[in-house]
Amino acid sequence: MQMMLNRAGTYLGLIGLGWFVPIVRMATGESPGEQMRQIWRQLGIPLLAITLFIAVWSQLAPRITTSLGAVPGPAAVWDEAMNLVADHREQRARREEFYARQEARNAELIAADPSADVRMREYTGKPSYFDQILTSLKTVFTGFVLATLIGVPLGIAGGLSPTINSAINPLVQIFKPVSPLAWLPIVTMVVSAVYVTDDPFFEKSFVNSAITVTLCSLWPALINTALGVASIDRDLINVGRVLKLGWWTKVRRIVLPSALPLIFTGLRLSLGVGWMVLIAAEMLAQNPGLGKFVWDEFQNGSSESLARILVAVFTIGLIGFLLDRVMLALQTTFTYSATR
Amino acid sequence: MSTARAIHRKGFLSRVGVLGALAALSTLDAHAQLALEVDELNFGFIKLTDMAPLAVAYERGFFEDEGLYVTLEPQANWKVLLDRVITGELDGAHMLAGQPIGATIGFGTEAHIVTAFSMDLNGNGITVSNEVWEAMKPYVPVGDDGLPVHPIKADYLRPVVEEFRAAGRPFNMAMVFPVSTHNYELRYWLAAGGIHPGYYAPSDITGQIGAEALLSVTPPPQMPATLEAGTIFGYSVGEPWNQQAVFKGIGVPVITDYEIWKNNPEKVFGVTAEWAEQNPNTHLAVVKALIRAAMWLDANDNANRPEAVEILARPEYVGADAAVIANSMTGTFEYERGDKRAVPDFNVFFRYFANYPYYSDAVWYLTQMRRWGQIPEQQTDAWYDATAREVYLPDVYLEAARLLIADGLASEADFPFGTDGYREPQNEFIDGIAYDGRQPNAYLEQFEIGLKGDDHATDAAALSAN
Repeated sequence: MQMMLNRAGTYLGLIGLGWFVPIVRMATGESPGEQMRQIWRQLGIPLLAITLFIAVWSQLAPRITTSLGAVPGPAAVWDEAMNLVADHREQRARREEFYARQEARNAELIAADPSADVRMREYTGKPSYFDQILTSLKTVFTGFVLATLIGVPLGIAGGLSPTINSAINPLVQIFKPVSPLAWLPIVTMVVSAVYVTDDPFFEKSFVNSAITVTLCSLWPALINTALGVASIDRDLINVGRVLKLGWWTKVRRIVLPSALPLIFTGLRLSLGVGWMVLIAAEMLAQNPGLGKFVWDEFQNGSSESLARILVAVFTIGLIGFLLDRVMLALQTTFTYSATR
Repeated sequence: MSTARAIHRKGFLSRVGVLGALAALSTLDAHAQLALEVDELNFGFIKLTDMAPLAVAYERGFFEDEGLYVTLEPQANWKVLLDRVITGELDGAHMLAGQPIGATIGFGTEAHIVTAFSMDLNGNGITVSNEVWEAMKPYVPVGDDGLPVHPIKADYLRPVVEEFRAAGRPFNMAMVFPVSTHNYELRYWLAAGGIHPGYYAPSDITGQIGAEALLSVTPPPQMPATLEAGTIFGYSVGEPWNQQAVFKGIGVPVITDYEIWKNNPEKVFGVTAEWAEQNPNTHLAVVKALIRAAMWLDANDNANRPEAVEILARPEYVGADAAVIANSMTGTFEYERGDKRAVPDFNVFFRYFANYPYYSDAVWYLTQMRRWGQIPEQQTDAWYDATAREVYLPDVYLEAARLLIADGLASEADFPFGTDGYREPQNEFIDGIAYDGRQPNAYLEQFEIGLKGDDHATDAAALSAN
């Protein structure tokens, strides 16, 4: 039981549910005083802080009057979040109507001319808030996977060979601090010139945003991988040399397992940077995700716009937090099994 | 706005949507469909009330009646919009009348863009900041009712600009794009009041050579925020961004473009020449749907405008508060807070043959491009005519009109059949100068400020500085 609780505790802690363990412990009658302190620290204090934050926010927000009305408080933001959910449902209903109309039209065309070439087209209405979240996630993952595919192998090469390392190091140092806003115009022009097809599988705006994410999230993965590989115990490398392991076996059996914790740290940072950068990229590239949602609402300038933007702010924050936790969970899982 | 009201509005909207869909289904049979080359289309627009024909054609099912499946996408600014039409990401777009012309003659991005449908007349205004309004107010004549007499000329702004210049403060104003109607209207108004808005030259495309008022570009929806931030002291823009300034209390609209040039042509629906050539039937079908939308918008003395306001207020279209959009869309215009006047023709979508792409309209834009140096060299009258014919396609428009008449959805009197594409000479400009599109060079000679004959921007600026 103790063992199980300890193991479960590690995972629960990762997803922010660590306070669950002391509750179970208390239920099993294990030193209630200590458990109460644990619960207070892990659950009570965070809840208190959040309550305090909401209280201060709802007190201060109405005092700042912008030209779009007062800064919305928690209640207004919650209402707007519910409106976005209602809007999502309405959009789904409109989509059904759209398909129904299209089917009726197609049936009519076939009735008039049985050989008519009919097909169903995608819904042409606006994406709902949830569609936009999905688009953002797809874009950031595409960018992140590309960054991983480039960053990790380069990092391994750099970590193994000081020559390669000193070759790529200056470039890394120069490109690392560049803002996505600087990359985007260049990416846009290059993509327009290179990515020319009659029937594009991906929207250009999607490609632009994903590549911008790649360019900015590449560096943490690369640097940490290189660091992880370079700091492998020399003895391990020497053992590999004695055993006359091939290059690929060496990488697979010795380098990857030892460097995995740092590689994952790098990937976690990469995904975090990617998510942050994505919002800016989407704003400018007009990729229909959360960034565009914020931009469009800013442009709308209606009395609900600020509350909607705040809904997006919290969504972005929560998703960023979840992404980080997922990476951390993956890291824990992999590094445990790899070291054993 | 309270949530309860917002939700109520949404309920109302969805009911309207269903009714619209039913109406669309019932007209289906009366309709002869063209053999379309493509039926899935992406159209771009900028968040302005004059994109209404596109939103209405979509929401009322006019596009679907033609068998078109159209996606409407708001764009970040006019340059992005034009570039995406050129690269083919967008099949067509709501454009500034000057954009197809500017692109075709190679000012800015060069590409052959054409238009067969003029989207509206009027619809813009010039707003100044509260500070500037207070400073110019003493010079503005007041009527018997104690309110300023309109139209307010730039003559009353002139002393303010001089004060700014004497104090070493640059008098910055914003318009939406170098080839925008707004740029030419603002320049026209300023120059008519003796304020020099500056020239363009091939070596200096800022358009500020010899300028007393410094004009620069800001995307329409950012105008109020930029004015509020104090970066600019006034702007020329389409609706709802002038009314937004009134509602937010950050500025005062001083004049509408209706008063600068009565019933001036404004936005057009632009596509690339290549697209128009490859998809002639689709192009006709699009123009048919847009004509029906324009008719709907002006039907029965603007009876459908309140419904149009509801559509435009949705976040995916213009997205501003319905009250702000309604202010100008329903035949009124609010100048100072509370000074709301009737301007029934502030937004015209169909009346006065608004949609017919007149060559003379294109020529007017070309004359303004020449006047301000965007066309650096003198051109012959024949060149103006030939360029207008390259860009404006009235034949496509009339063909679409004939199809609608055959469908029984419009009548012959709605369209100017038999015109040669030139309007009669017009003289309803704020400075009283008459415009005859057949004689662009003679027209330019009449202006005190502006390039004419074989003037060059750099020499002209040097001369006026001496």
